[in-house]
Amino acid sequence: MDIKVNVREAPGDCYVVDLSGEIDVYTSPKVKDAIGDLIDRGVYHLVINLEKVRYIDSTGLGVLIGGLKRVREHGGSVNLVCTNPQIKKIFDITGLVKIFGIFDSEDAAMKALV
Amino acid sequence: MNHAVQQAASELVELRIPSRPEWVALARLAAATVANRLSFSLEEIEDVKLAVAEACTAVIQHERHGEFIQLTCEALSDSLRVRVHDSGRHDNHAGDRAKMDFDEARIAGLGIFLIRTLMDEVSYDVHPQLGTDLLMVKKLGDRPE
Repeated sequence: MDIKVNVREAPGDCYVVDLSGEIDVYTSPKVKDAIGDLIDRGVYHLVINLEKVRYIDSTGLGVLIGGLKRVREHGGSVNLVCTNPQIKKIFDITGLVKIFGIFDSEDAAMKALV
Repeated sequence: MNHAVQQAASELVELRIPSRPEWVALARLAAATVANRLSFSLEEIEDVKLAVAEACTAVIQHERHGEFIQLTCEALSDSLRVRVHDSGRHDNHAGDRAKMDFDEARIAGLGIFLIRTLMDEVSYDVHPQLGTDLLMVKKLGDRPE
């Protein structure tokens, strides 16, 4: 069980963070570090691609919320790409669909960045 | 003895893991495997996985200072009963919570919220010296024949 994190630059002064695997109490620090490093470098517009994430728990949600909070302090934004119905359900029941932009494709998530 | 009656009897699976993050995946997979023995849907099995993981994560993040987490899954004819026991003492638990900032406390609350939302019954039994029992039940809904 592991999480793979890939960070890549995208057009429009933003970065895409590709996540693959399971985000839980063991793996979420790795995701937190990757997002935190980007923000520390002054990247405030992020697309986090969860298409290959099979599982996420509250610690993973906490990392995403923490990242969003930090970029918003700089006028930035975080959009998510999520197509897994089970993961969408978790965002839905926790009400996080109201604070994240959640999209079915990376292209749509990029276009919607503020 | 009637074989059908034997099938209806409960089956119990117990697992004891170190109270550390790297073992939570094993606990949730064990619970999912037991849930899969019943006729839960894939979505319901995912619910059980997440609830068990959140329960174990709460133990670890609240630093109850126990050495292990005991997971007991009981497959009944109409439900799955899951007990998550931690051996941590609660004499300094309030201090641990006080160390959390507001955001950390909100995230911890998210875990408890998920457990209560995804499972049909949830109850706690807290003993200051013996640890905490979290009991969760997922009921089998009506299934088409």
